[in-house]
Amino acid sequence: MTNETNSTTPKKVPAIYPAKTKLQVTVIFFVVLGIYLFSMSWTQQQMAGGFSGALSNMFNVIEKFFPPNTAVISAIWGPMVETIQMAIIATTVAAILTVPLALLAAENVTTFKPLYIVTRTFLNLLRTIPDLVLAVIFVGLFGIGLFPGILALIIFSLGILAKLISETIESVDMNPLEAMRASGGNVFQVIWYALIPQVLPQFTSLVLYVFEINIRASVVLGLVGAGGIGLILNQQLGFYNYPNAMMIIILIFVVVIAIEYISTKIREALL
Amino acid sequence: MIEFKDVGLVYPNGTEGLKKINVTINDGEFIVIVGLSGAGKSTFIRSINRLVTPTSGSLLVDNEDILKYRGSDMRKLRTKTGMIFQNYNLVKRSNVLKNVLAGRLGHTSTLRSILNLYKKEDIGLAYESLQRVNIAEKIYNRADELSGGQQQRVSIARVLTQQPKYILADEPVASLDPPTSHQVMTYLKKINKEDNITTIVNLHFIDMAMEYADRIIGMRAGEVVFDGPVSEVSESTFEEIYGRSIREDDLRGGADKS
Repeated sequence: MTNETNSTTPKKVPAIYPAKTKLQVTVIFFVVLGIYLFSMSWTQQQMAGGFSGALSNMFNVIEKFFPPNTAVISAIWGPMVETIQMAIIATTVAAILTVPLALLAAENVTTFKPLYIVTRTFLNLLRTIPDLVLAVIFVGLFGIGLFPGILALIIFSLGILAKLISETIESVDMNPLEAMRASGGNVFQVIWYALIPQVLPQFTSLVLYVFEINIRASVVLGLVGAGGIGLILNQQLGFYNYPNAMMIIILIFVVVIAIEYISTKIREALL
Repeated sequence: MIEFKDVGLVYPNGTEGLKKINVTINDGEFIVIVGLSGAGKSTFIRSINRLVTPTSGSLLVDNEDILKYRGSDMRKLRTKTGMIFQNYNLVKRSNVLKNVLAGRLGHTSTLRSILNLYKKEDIGLAYESLQRVNIAEKIYNRADELSGGQQQRVSIARVLTQQPKYILADEPVASLDPPTSHQVMTYLKKINKEDNITTIVNLHFIDMAMEYADRIIGMRAGEVVFDGPVSEVSESTFEEIYGRSIREDDLRGGADKS
């Protein structure tokens, strides 16, 4: 004798979301839609005529770039390795510097609010500087070469890494930390015993990810004189030596794919 | 000896966790604190090792007012009070031995513990503690590979390795099934008797409190409303503590363990 008979006559049923939430979501939806429509109409005005010449230009470009000059492989292999070395050094230094910064920028570890806010702000500032700008500044300071490139990469990847890792730290299970504290562990012991084991897999994974980004970024940095394969690519483009440039591009492509594949495999095994 | 003298605690949000608590806990006692959730049991227990800090009164552990402690004094206090948690609070990705060795942190210098340079005696002690709770065969298993009851036994081994003077157990069996609950309580009782470690356990199961406690402290809304030996406790005492009649879910059951 349940009230099953009532189910056919619609009674007052509560909505899944409260009216206020519904209104908010609707407003946000239309605002986002408005932004899309506006950007579409705006950029189409600018783009008009852009396409017409592209197809015929395409043939010219391809004709110039192909076939790639395979003879230069031996000559460009050195700078390519340099680029990888740059990325390795920069990633390693950044990974080490990240540890204290990420801890200070994690709200659950750094309970002293002002320190946390200062570190967070510092990291945010770090991330607003584009890597290319960093490279231009350091090339200006230290001259053309690998060193300014490495410095630019360190600062660039520090910004990303510290932010991502501090967020990983904030999501750990705090209970083991409490247990370590309760058994008399000091701050360092609590971090080492209860926190590090929890974030180590993500830490390694993120460092590998940043290493991938650094390989690509170091190519771009070479364009402004910060050493490595990018520098050579820029020279060859400057000499209108397109078959050589094409070979460099293919080499970069192969190396980046290979490194991404290896690092993806390692990260899969870790997590 | 632990003495609460007019201890009160007001949380930053204005909630009164403890109201003028006056309790003396003698060495070697096995005390069970009962009360509904929110009655202040956890706050009471966590005041003793300063995981929370009472805002008024004085709390004496071995005749020293621990409310004035900070820094190294606090570390010493926590080294002599071991704690067991409802959710075991093990480091899930670390192996059992490493989790148990963490009990020695308070006795070990920062450098030694970070380099894993534990003294031979400490490792021996950790292994012995694991043997005492019958889980020594799992030393190299990761903590998250164990069942709830096994994890709680590992956390008891961690506390044993700490060689504390007091054991505080905050709802140690709330996440376990009845047979495992009794097993865990039996270990706690055994340790209390064999090592003469003062043990304070939070429980909300009446039958378990009656079975294992020497003395029961009842709490309601931040106040101690009952304090006496088990012999003086009857069903009406619990009804008074809980402020309502006793229901079936206040009992753990399964006391006739095999």
